[in-house]
Amino acid sequence: MNSLYSDEDVAFRNELRAFFQSSVPPGLRRKVQLEQNVSPEEMREWHRILDAKGWAAPAWDANWGGTGWGPMQIHLYREQMQLAHAPLPLAMNINLVGPLIIAFGSDDQKTSFLPRIRNLDYWFAQGFSEPGAGSDLAALRTSAVRDGDFYVVNGQKAWTTLAQYANWMFALVRTESGGRKQDGITYLLIDMASPGITVRPVITIDRDHHVNEVFLDNVRVPVAHRVGEENRAWNYAKFLLSNERLFGARTALTNLKIARIKEVAAGVMQDGKPLTEQPWLKQRLTLLEIELRALEITFLRILFEVQQRKPGEFDTKSSMLKMKGSELFQRADEIMLEVAGPAALPCIEGFLQGKPTDQLPVPEWAATASQKYFLNRAATIYAGSTEVQHNILAKAALGL
Amino acid sequence: MNTSIFEPSDEQKLLKDSIDKFLAKRYPFDARLRGTGKQVGWSREIWAELASLGILAFSLPQEHGGMVGGPLDMMFVMEALGRALVVEPFVPTVILGARCIELAGSPKQQLDILSRVADGSCLLALAHSERQARYDLASVATTARRNGQGWELRGEKFLVLGGDTADMLIVSARIADEPFGAQGLALFLVDPKAPGVGTTPYMMQDGHYAANITLADVRVDDADRLAAAGDALPVVEAVIGWATVAVCAEAVGLMESMLELTVDYLKTREQFGVKIGTFQVLQHRAVDMLTAVEQARSITLGALAALYRPDLEERRKMVSAAKVQIGKSAKMVGQSAIQLHGGIGVTMEYKVGHCFLRSSAIEVLFGDAEHHLMLLANQGGLVEPTTTEGMQHV
Repeated sequence: MNSLYSDEDVAFRNELRAFFQSSVPPGLRRKVQLEQNVSPEEMREWHRILDAKGWAAPAWDANWGGTGWGPMQIHLYREQMQLAHAPLPLAMNINLVGPLIIAFGSDDQKTSFLPRIRNLDYWFAQGFSEPGAGSDLAALRTSAVRDGDFYVVNGQKAWTTLAQYANWMFALVRTESGGRKQDGITYLLIDMASPGITVRPVITIDRDHHVNEVFLDNVRVPVAHRVGEENRAWNYAKFLLSNERLFGARTALTNLKIARIKEVAAGVMQDGKPLTEQPWLKQRLTLLEIELRALEITFLRILFEVQQRKPGEFDTKSSMLKMKGSELFQRADEIMLEVAGPAALPCIEGFLQGKPTDQLPVPEWAATASQKYFLNRAATIYAGSTEVQHNILAKAALGL
Repeated sequence: MNTSIFEPSDEQKLLKDSIDKFLAKRYPFDARLRGTGKQVGWSREIWAELASLGILAFSLPQEHGGMVGGPLDMMFVMEALGRALVVEPFVPTVILGARCIELAGSPKQQLDILSRVADGSCLLALAHSERQARYDLASVATTARRNGQGWELRGEKFLVLGGDTADMLIVSARIADEPFGAQGLALFLVDPKAPGVGTTPYMMQDGHYAANITLADVRVDDADRLAAAGDALPVVEAVIGWATVAVCAEAVGLMESMLELTVDYLKTREQFGVKIGTFQVLQHRAVDMLTAVEQARSITLGALAALYRPDLEERRKMVSAAKVQIGKSAKMVGQSAIQLHGGIGVTMEYKVGHCFLRSSAIEVLFGDAEHHLMLLANQGGLVEPTTTEGMQHV
């Protein structure tokens, strides 16, 4: 009883570790270790390995391919997968659209979509944000007008992650205006091959292609692809976000980054001593490690609280996990950049995409240091910015 | 089966309930002030009541009236003492003193002393730190010389917590001419009224009391030596580890109190015609305080859990980790609490200032954040470097 994990948790963790260590394809593992981009084919292969084991969507209802695991087991699953250098299953599919269809979709939708969402036959993009609707998501304006058995959709979605690989998009659209802005929002599943859809890449400051703008010009979407009732989707979206909030701390990734920094910094010399013996680095890293350990325990405490509650209820403090976790995640990237120093300056064409690397002008570990630092400035912006999390906590946890 | 350290046992729930109720009834903040604007000393009456509730015994071995033990006992008790700003010499007697006796005393010494700690009739103080030592636990200049069947102690101890009122001192001294192990430290039970013992008592910034103790050839029987075999330094280190985490838990209680007072103030204080809690900049600062408190509580629980496990290296690391996080959190929460209260926060008439005095003292006690940060860094930190095959070194 003096351990943070029970004996059952430890046994389960060992089972997960054994499976992930033997099942992650070596090429994929290597890319994730080097923080290179995973290709859609590699991602699909990984989903199928997981699906064959019954572990592609463990949090789902057991009738639709889930496992019946509780939050602690889901946490260990995610942690061990990341520590084994495997990518987490596609969040858009597994965490966002799947649970929503299970909770609010029709039987037809469940039968036709869920298995394909699990094995990544369908790759979903998220059509939530718009140029005028970021933190204020309910301000969205993309319209859907009923025309017989179809909705005709017009508008523009922003920050659409990996839409270049997606064959489906789930989108929030406005079916009614004039009332409260949270009312009149509807949830649609949109086939990306539909006429009228244009995907425009948006290159981020890591000079890579992660996000897109998606333009919808008179796109016809069958009414059968609406999830839940018309005008009720705001509540559905809130349901999703409360699911997401619990696992926002990303402590496994930050741990991995720190371990990597310690490994590589031992080989970088400054004034005749390795960086690992320089007080500035020791202090910065150790403080980060302490805060990270504290956050891991904060997470376990919140998980314990959540397990005492009814399913679906979340702890008012869980916003803290994403808020603090993203800060620590960014700090690790920042320290890695400092460790790389001048070696972080050259742009390495094609490295992120996994092109052959025998003629690198810098050490392999330094090749992505700048790009990760630049890209991950977004970590405190997306999925509820740090400032929005402050607002939520002020209200929910402090009653202000 | 109880498998989570976050799940209190029935016994622990009772403990928490009894100390919370007792302090709410008998230890209101106003009673401490008594209209003087100054701190008041601690009360023998309260001490006796803590004894009769079993609070003085909770962390003792079971045969001396203690509980089965677990991280949450200490968390609940120390947090409660922090929230109520208790100034009684709890840490000096119950943690530093009793733990020393428990870890290094003979069965007879344990039986004799611990039962008197439990019933409130014996106050202890660990006289270890010295002026030149700063935070170095091994820096002891006080000497113990053989004299017939006994010993003679000579030296000066600094900032002996509870040293002003202790019924019994536990004095560390270096043994020059005995093969006592590398550090050659021993612990002696010393009667503060013995000839040659000089006590200079003082109140500290937080209203707790301490003393400097001079030892001018103080004679001690060999029967009053603790840690009969080997070196006493590991004992001192272990005991101070416990005390460090205990004051971390106390600081969590203090921070909790400061946050609660601040949030209440934000909800009631009006300026510019509105409650100041409607201002976003103040809301966000309060949320940062909340996060700092929760992080502090988490790492303290982690360190307490480590203290109950056998791995010495992990214990050392987690004790330091906790002290660093508590230092950072206490500074942030305390300074913010005062800032958000405005002028009332810097007066002796209001509780926040008193909490800040104590939490600031705790930052320094047993090593500050910078000290423990380097201690932990020099032990390799909490995360092991990657050694995965295929990851190349440069």
